[in-house]
Amino acid sequence: MIRTMRAVLFAAAAGGALALSACGETTQSAPEVATSTVPVFHAEGRPEKLSEWNLLRVSDGGLALNDRVTPYDLNSALFTDYAHKLRTVWLPAGEAAKYDGEETFDFPVGTVISKTFYYPRNGDALLLADDTTAERLNAGFALSEVRLIETRLLIHREVGWVALPYVWNADQTDAVLKRTGDAQQLTLVNDGGASQDFTYIVPNANQCAGCHATNATTREVMPIGPKARHLNREFAYADGEANQLTRWSKLGLLSGAPESSEAPRNAVWNDASLNVDTRARAYLDINCAHCHNRVGPADTSGLLLEHNAPVGPSLGLCKPPIAAGKGTGGRVFGIVPGKADQSIFTYRMESTDPSIMMPELGRALSHEEGTQLIAEWIAAMDGSCA
Amino acid sequence: MNKLIAAAALSFALAACSAQESADEMPLGDPGYEEELMAQLLDAQPGDVITIPEGKFPITRSLSLTVDGVTIRGAGMDKSILSFKGQVAGAEGLLVTASDFTIEGLAIEDTIGDALKISEGNNIVIRGVRTEWTDGYKTENGAYGIYPVQTTNVLMEDNVAIGASDAGIYVGQSGNVIVRRNRAEYNVAGIEIENTVDADVYENVATNNTGGILVFNMPNLPQVGERTRVFNNTVVDNNTENFGHEGTPVASVPAGSGIVITSNDKVEVFDNEIRNNQTANIIISSVYSTNYAGMSAQPNYDAYPEGIFIYGNTLEGGGDSPDGLDLKTLKTLMFGINGSFPDVLWDGYVNPDKLVDGKLPEDQRICIDNGDAGIINVDGPNEFANPNTEDADHKCTLPKLPAVELEIADA
Repeated sequence: MIRTMRAVLFAAAAGGALALSACGETTQSAPEVATSTVPVFHAEGRPEKLSEWNLLRVSDGGLALNDRVTPYDLNSALFTDYAHKLRTVWLPAGEAAKYDGEETFDFPVGTVISKTFYYPRNGDALLLADDTTAERLNAGFALSEVRLIETRLLIHREVGWVALPYVWNADQTDAVLKRTGDAQQLTLVNDGGASQDFTYIVPNANQCAGCHATNATTREVMPIGPKARHLNREFAYADGEANQLTRWSKLGLLSGAPESSEAPRNAVWNDASLNVDTRARAYLDINCAHCHNRVGPADTSGLLLEHNAPVGPSLGLCKPPIAAGKGTGGRVFGIVPGKADQSIFTYRMESTDPSIMMPELGRALSHEEGTQLIAEWIAAMDGSCA
Repeated sequence: MNKLIAAAALSFALAACSAQESADEMPLGDPGYEEELMAQLLDAQPGDVITIPEGKFPITRSLSLTVDGVTIRGAGMDKSILSFKGQVAGAEGLLVTASDFTIEGLAIEDTIGDALKISEGNNIVIRGVRTEWTDGYKTENGAYGIYPVQTTNVLMEDNVAIGASDAGIYVGQSGNVIVRRNRAEYNVAGIEIENTVDADVYENVATNNTGGILVFNMPNLPQVGERTRVFNNTVVDNNTENFGHEGTPVASVPAGSGIVITSNDKVEVFDNEIRNNQTANIIISSVYSTNYAGMSAQPNYDAYPEGIFIYGNTLEGGGDSPDGLDLKTLKTLMFGINGSFPDVLWDGYVNPDKLVDGKLPEDQRICIDNGDAGIINVDGPNEFANPNTEDADHKCTLPKLPAVELEIADA
């Protein structure tokens, strides 16, 4: 009860006018409470406002992280309509996640993971640009330079992980719970001034599970990114660059981790200094394998795309589709070695038709650069399906 | 007896058609209902009944349900309609990943992709649901109408599926299934049982599809299917051109296919009325005859249809105008311009490893005990070089399969 009260008070502080109208008289709060920078774990319920969690704060025209909220990045990340992503993790004081070399770390109950989707902007125009979230954070994350779209939370409660989507208001003062998701008309402008319109889809709470229930039998919601191979990289922290696994261990967020040099590491999909095969497999791993794994929702297809899935028909090689419907594009195999333009993979990645495209959720645009990588990967394969 | 059932089913079909016309004219209801329904689905608790009111409601984003023990109930397949004509997001109309689920008395129309998909659940009842693409059959329509996959204990009854560019009524990688009293029309595959163990398919009407009722096994899937009984169905005039997507398994089904068994074992086809399917009333084939030359499959994949038993069917007409140049030429060469294929067309693939003195063991054979119904082996392995109508090896019987026992079907 006390916890809930405090949460409401923090909301009033962070949410400003919006919170005032919602919370009425409870905003008569003591100043020292109002300035709290301690995140709040809600063990149950569905707080209406993101500020009630007090992970992020809007101050001095910028977005900042509250106490012990740690930002992180992944070697290769899911493509989401070129949105930039600010990822954070927060654990209860004195507790650590247990390291695992393969699976998602075992986080304690009370952990809250956040992912804020945003675009850089110039005035009202949203810009297509490389994601430089770490640098932006160190520079004060000026809200005048970004359009915040949504923040998704994964909350580890006694009952398991719970997913809640929050959509930012137009003033960028707070985000409001939108369990049924949202559809927003956006326009993205590239370097050359060319623009494209698209409908950005905020997933509903069930659709969160569409990706995060990586085991279709247990249907437990799980974080996908916080695995050793995705996290094992440098991050530009405010006090300088450091390996994320090393930093998490040092901060007490992670126990049992080996030296980062001993931990697995996925390729950065667009790091041209690495070979195409490792980059392509890293790309498929983070973009596809949450469904296309041995126990995932897409095991019905027999197509398995985890980072360590064997090379063969289950990876798509000369594999006929099962229930692809329109998704075949008239092509007969997932991958025809050497022939990207005859492979279903590239057809489905290029498409933006919801009944054709892969992944099914999380994008309305095609990821040209990612598709190009997969096309190069297929083009370099020997053999044929004859 | 069969005739009676068929007559009843046909009149039911007619009634559904006329009712559906009025549904098309129904004005679109409150667009705000989408949000309301989505919230009901998100907040559902086990035991809840979500009622879909009368009306035609526009839905723009996929709906999904993840909670066990929920019933979704409308006022009837022509009264409560979810129209996805303006759908902008999502690969299906309604996606259910839950057990102990019942859906009944409503229609799902014009989804971009699949209409109703149910993945990994037990005890699933789909009753009196209509899935339809209302602009007629075309390749741009969504793939599947009713689509349970990796489910156990499934009852699909009294549904109507129209216009799917893959299968209208489908069940895949599932076990213990009853599909009865449904109507499938103008789909590429009317009713399809794929990689499923123990399915009873009876008293359905499949007409005007490319293929009426399909029993398939596809490679590279976690589950291999066997034991399907197809009986007391009416499978007539499935002669609609194949409008499936090239590359899909069903795209290789010739127009004019009544009942098709592909690479599946222990399939019993009996007491059906199968008429006027112009390629053949019954087709038995290996996946090697589909469009997957060069396919790679898991090493233990059994591509051969074995233990097939056909008896007691009423077979009429059909085989007179096969689809595809190879079959057309073959038919004309062997039976003349005005002639017809026999009722059963077999592609002739047998597993050489299983032959004993050149013959399959008895329990692996294709057996026909159906009056004067004949068979043609088109000699697919040799590109139709030596087709024949020898039926000596097929005049046999097999032990009958047990009926599927499904408690939810007895209620």
